[in-house]
Amino acid sequence: MKINSPLDAYKYLPGTNCGRCGEDTCMAFASHLIDRSKSGEDCLPMVEEDKYAKKLEELEKLLAPEIKEVTIGTGEKSVTIGGDDVLFRHKLTFFNKTAYAYDVTDTMDDKELEERINTIQTFKKFYVGEFLTLDMVAVRCVSGKPETFAETVKKVIGLTELPLVLCSFDPAVLKAALEVASDKKPLMYAANQENWKEVAGLAKEYEVPVTLFAPNDLDLLKSMAKTFAEMGIEDLVLDPGTFPTGRELKTTFENFLKIRRAGIDGDGEIAYPIMAVPLTAWMAYDDDVSASYWETVVASVLTVKYGDIMIMHSIEPYALLPEMHLRDTIYTDPRKPVTVDPGVWEVGSPTADSPIIVTTNFALTYYTVESDIASNKIDCYIVVADTEGIGVEAAVAGGQLTADKIKKTLENAKFDLKEKTNYNTVILPGLSARLQGDVEDKVGSRVLIGPADSGRLPGWLEKNWPPQNK
Amino acid sequence: MSDKLKLSDLNSILKDLDVESLEGVTIEGDIELDIQGGGGMNPAMAYALGHEAAQISLHVANIARMLGYPVDQLFAQCLGAGGETAALQAEPAIEELMQTKFDVARSSEWNTPIQEVTLGATSADGGSRGHTITLGGEKAMPFYFDAEMPNRNYVTMDVFDMPISMAKSVKSNYEDVMGDPAEWAKKVVNEYNADMVTIHLISTDPLINDTPAKEAAKVVEDVLQAVDVPIVIGGSGNPQKDPEVLEKAAEVAEGERALLASASLNLDYERVAKAATDYGHAVLSWTQLEINAQKELNRKLMKQCNVPRDSIVMDPTTAALGYGLDYAYSNMERIRLSALMGDDELNFPMSSGTTNAWGARESWMKESPLKEDSDWGPREYRGPIWEIVTGLSLALAGNDMFMMMHPTSVQVLKEITQTLYGNIEAKTPDITNWITAEV
Ligand code: SF4
Repeated sequence: MKINSPLDAYKYLPGTNCGRCGEDTCMAFASHLIDRSKSGEDCLPMVEEDKYAKKLEELEKLLAPEIKEVTIGTGEKSVTIGGDDVLFRHKLTFFNKTAYAYDVTDTMDDKELEERINTIQTFKKFYVGEFLTLDMVAVRCVSGKPETFAETVKKVIGLTELPLVLCSFDPAVLKAALEVASDKKPLMYAANQENWKEVAGLAKEYEVPVTLFAPNDLDLLKSMAKTFAEMGIEDLVLDPGTFPTGRELKTTFENFLKIRRAGIDGDGEIAYPIMAVPLTAWMAYDDDVSASYWETVVASVLTVKYGDIMIMHSIEPYALLPEMHLRDTIYTDPRKPVTVDPGVWEVGSPTADSPIIVTTNFALTYYTVESDIASNKIDCYIVVADTEGIGVEAAVAGGQLTADKIKKTLENAKFDLKEKTNYNTVILPGLSARLQGDVEDKVGSRVLIGPADSGRLPGWLEKNWPPQNK
Repeated sequence: MSDKLKLSDLNSILKDLDVESLEGVTIEGDIELDIQGGGGMNPAMAYALGHEAAQISLHVANIARMLGYPVDQLFAQCLGAGGETAALQAEPAIEELMQTKFDVARSSEWNTPIQEVTLGATSADGGSRGHTITLGGEKAMPFYFDAEMPNRNYVTMDVFDMPISMAKSVKSNYEDVMGDPAEWAKKVVNEYNADMVTIHLISTDPLINDTPAKEAAKVVEDVLQAVDVPIVIGGSGNPQKDPEVLEKAAEVAEGERALLASASLNLDYERVAKAATDYGHAVLSWTQLEINAQKELNRKLMKQCNVPRDSIVMDPTTAALGYGLDYAYSNMERIRLSALMGDDELNFPMSSGTTNAWGARESWMKESPLKEDSDWGPREYRGPIWEIVTGLSLALAGNDMFMMMHPTSVQVLKEITQTLYGNIEAKTPDITNWITAEV
């Protein structure tokens, strides 16, 4: 983005405060343009009235992210990568989380192909109110034969809606695949020093995004990007090579840093999304577990620092789970609130016989407890203490979760345990066991110590609830 | 239409532009076109004029191209569908790569190196450690090309003064030494390649065994006897008891330059700081994911307690992957960036309680408690990688020292951080044709 204050954006707006964008004033709208939660087209007068057309165009140019956005695939499952404006997430947020593609080859038999694709497209993990999932399939041409590759690509399209990366350095192979797949807008991989002319021709002919591959040669990478842009091909992805080990891995990391810094600093000729290929870890390690571990390690490094799309091989849960969580970690908007409102909240339809479970107002803790309970269809009350957004263990250590806090939460919610429940008993998280005596004294209720992890609440409740004597 | 265009005018307009590549280019002749539309023009004349105009436009287009304007695209657009042949001609495929150099500036904002802190003391300095370890000294973000990183990352492995409950895959490594901290310490150093050892005196907690401080200090002596690496001394986390425990431990470890864990805002940090300065140790300044609290505590340690700058290490808190790592990551990254840009209240090496990763259910639970999840696979493999990824991401945020538990995690984390540091020689595979690799 070329501007960074709402005032700079305001100058281009109609200034009528008509409110059609959903904001009270043009100034308020301008600040949303700067934090990128709204775009120029959300100001309807600018879109509808000719007299604003020029201003809108100028404004959108100024607001365009430094790193170009590239969309791969079509329809609901399409992914957009790139679009970043900062080098450190706390300065704004990172946009368009890294797209994770997992590989299949044209030498796999039908059964293996189907199984892998099925895992890639169905793998899911519940997390803070939504499912983490995987994004893409990379089809590698190992056979070297255009017909075989095209045949496999056709099968893959029949099996999944996920966007594809078509991998070969042979233009004839790529062309054969594009003949059957170009309407799905796959990402072509890749143009290199030898084949770039032909691949550029394919990118133009089939109108698909294309990756440029120049292992550890940033001059070549930039020269290719410049040449392609000159030819009018701007849906580009840059692959500076992922060397999996040794000093070359250090250089790989540095290349990612350099490309992204240059792009954010305004070198438009190299301001495109970056591709990593942690799959190369499998070329360095023989046994599956070591290769899979190292692949996850390389993927982690390059997810944190600037990889926008990556191709991987392992689809073991012990690889996928940390990869998906780390990506979520890095791409979560740091501006979103850390906390949920303190109070006494109902899960399901609790009655006077339902358990009362204490936790903190750290959003993550709360949603974890809530989903563990809701997923097992348990009716209960959750007492959310104001721990200033700190989790249970740390809040006990740091004095943010105390008997007084719990008492205050119940009082503020006008939740009288003796009146509203039959057992006058609260359940403390296992990690706050040391508060038991204090809570008994201050709250005047009985206290049960629950499990350390709320995932065990269902089993624990079966054994321990209702409490023995009323 | 009777606008007149003189090419000499064009030439003088271009002169005003500061375009080097135009120097020496002159347009010969001074053609004046006077084109009049309408009928009555004789076809031969029209053809001749057309030819002339096309020549001129080509000439002008060439100039535009030299100025960097994408003329070909414009032609293609203008001539549109009807002019397909023309468009093809106007867009000759580029035959040669447009050679250009990649260049990027080194950061000019990072002008203050991180304070170096040395842990451990050898006999030359009145201690009995085999070697010392120096943390910090960075002049750039970790592993960046802007400046060499002077010191690598270090791992200190956890040892407890009593048997504790831990994840199954961790426990299986320590069953034989649990209950004997000295043997435990030997094991992590000799077998698991720990750079340092952290002895956690958790049995001192009044709610656990309430072991007297004096007795706990004996365990510290045992560990110092058993291994010769620098050590970290941790309390139980009980804010009332810890200052006393750390005082006694600091006393028996006098001269060894241990790291006392920790001083925090919710306990009597003055006592902990005094124990460090009195007996020649460094102190771990621990706050909870809050950069301003970290500044405040560091300030108090320096100004109020007179702890020297070379004796402070920070623990800004590690939340596990999936359990607040995003806050922990950005908190550390912000701290390190501020430090490099000159904030002398944050300019210290950092330590991470990476072991916290074992609190994440993904690292130890047999299967997902949620029916909707895909199968989580074997936990033996999930746990170590959870600890690795938690630590690794913080290494990239600027963390220097890692407190860890699982031997595999330690090994892999050391491998990757030292690779990025530039310490690992390996014959890396040729990736030019990775697409066809057998994997
Ligand atoms: S719609 Fe446009 S003109 Fe109307 S208030 Fe919003 S920004 Fe201003």
